[in-house]
Amino acid sequence: MTDKRLSMKEAIAEYVQDGMSVAIEGFTAFICFAAGHEIIRQRRRDLTLIRMTPDLIYDQMVAAGVASKMIFSYMGNPGVGPLYCLRRAVEKGIPAPLELEEYSHYGMVGRYIAGATRLPFYPLQSYLGSDMPRVNEQIKFIESPFGNGKIAVVPPLNPDVAIVQAQRADKQGNTHLWGLLGAQKEVAFAARKVIVVVEEIVDESVIRADPNRTIIPGLIVDAVVQAPYGAYPSYVQGYYDRDNVFYLEWDALSRDADNVQAWLNEWVHGVADHAAYIEKVGAETLERIKPGSAPAAAVDYGAYR
Amino acid sequence: MSEGNGQSERAYTPSEMMIVSSARALAGVRTVFVGVGQPNIACNLARYTVAPDLELIYESGVYGAQPLRLPLSIGDPTLVTGATSVVSMADLFGLYLQRGLVEVALVGGAQIDRYGNLNSSVIGSYRHPKTRLPGSGGACEIAINAQRLFIIMQLKKRAFVEQIDFLTSPGHMGGGDSRQVLGMPGRGPALVITDMALFDFANSEREMQLISPYPGVSLEQIQAEIGWRVRLAETFVQTAAPSEEELELIRVHLDPNGMYAKKPREAPGQIKA
Repeated sequence: MTDKRLSMKEAIAEYVQDGMSVAIEGFTAFICFAAGHEIIRQRRRDLTLIRMTPDLIYDQMVAAGVASKMIFSYMGNPGVGPLYCLRRAVEKGIPAPLELEEYSHYGMVGRYIAGATRLPFYPLQSYLGSDMPRVNEQIKFIESPFGNGKIAVVPPLNPDVAIVQAQRADKQGNTHLWGLLGAQKEVAFAARKVIVVVEEIVDESVIRADPNRTIIPGLIVDAVVQAPYGAYPSYVQGYYDRDNVFYLEWDALSRDADNVQAWLNEWVHGVADHAAYIEKVGAETLERIKPGSAPAAAVDYGAYR
Repeated sequence: MSEGNGQSERAYTPSEMMIVSSARALAGVRTVFVGVGQPNIACNLARYTVAPDLELIYESGVYGAQPLRLPLSIGDPTLVTGATSVVSMADLFGLYLQRGLVEVALVGGAQIDRYGNLNSSVIGSYRHPKTRLPGSGGACEIAINAQRLFIIMQLKKRAFVEQIDFLTSPGHMGGGDSRQVLGMPGRGPALVITDMALFDFANSEREMQLISPYPGVSLEQIQAEIGWRVRLAETFVQTAAPSEEELELIRVHLDPNGMYAKKPREAPGQIKA
């Protein structure tokens, strides 16, 4: 079996090139800032960023100038307010104009499913009466061939690279994920290349002991990166909480473009890698976002010989 | 203000009245699709009062959440721990929403028109927006598939407009039977719950009509915040002020720091998910 472990620096250098479409998924959780920051550090350009909920990471990446287009369904700082860098790019072209291709959540999910299952389109009960199809010609309606109504359809989406954060994987990339499942499985199967970023690398026996929890099989994984606190300031269920203090700080500092550049210089370009970033964040913060324990009852799969 | 029947003598904020009003509207409801902030507090208040069997469904894929703290976003991990079920987005939108299992969805927007059509995409033109708003999220399909929609918004003239700049999530479209003609599964907006009054759409045109002003709020004050000549229901009753029990639950149990219930009226662009 292939050992697919790479450092984040190696994984981004190998799999993310200028002009590519990149999906760092994770619906308001498991947001891989470690990968986003490394893409900024390696100064990628002209990327198409794909994500249902762009969150702070795409706000930072767009401010850093890595993207020319974004495919998304909800651009907000969840529970806090707007994403000011994205708004500056869209409303004022600062630092550069950002083309938007916009869906509803279910439309994005449908695009991933069609991409993953190699279907020509995905039908969904949405968009009727909405102005969204008027501004996005990828959203269409068809008559059901069974004569039972009109239905919206969206085309497949196959990102060049999907980056998914999870709790743990083995060296081959068999990945355990629990908590908000979002569209991580669908985006991984849809993408041409898959990078899995995990808190822990575990022995294959740990994965095999609980196969229902293997959301992504190593079969479709190209690189496994171990990055503790890889989702910080977002969170990984059971490992750490969202650092809401930072989400609120970002709301204040991101209103000013110069402040954002200063922040990027200090906290992204100014550190060697994610481990150095986490060290700079500091033990006090990590202690504050440490959750209590709430284990599930163990299940017994049974030994059948 | 007090006329017996448990109404509080205590002062309360417009936000608290809006939360209480939303909770009461959920009487007997089994499943509600909800976001964070005031709607979340309203649902939990309803669970303690008029809807003990209410199951909270979050857009993040959580069914039957029983959070131990006030969730800060729909993706808060406190929603996951202790929930009945946590599902993928594909399952949430396909098996729960599109399957028709969402009885009531609580939604909002930056702009609303008289038929309950909602804009959460842009202020100004789409290609060159004055203000770029968050976008649909799940709101478009929620508005189409949920059995009923309760729209929760602060009553403000720049939000309640004659013509919305962009139609993100369909309400009653052009009014009347527009939704049935298009074949939408859900029945659309049933209530608009604001911080000044309650509105419904119970007329053949499906036009928003005032059914219940809150205590101490005049018709003139309500009309002043609406960009069209507001329709009045044939009969309307004044909403009862929050009871001691309702205020106690909000202030002591549900929002002890007053994060949401004490909030001042805010700008309509500030949508939270």
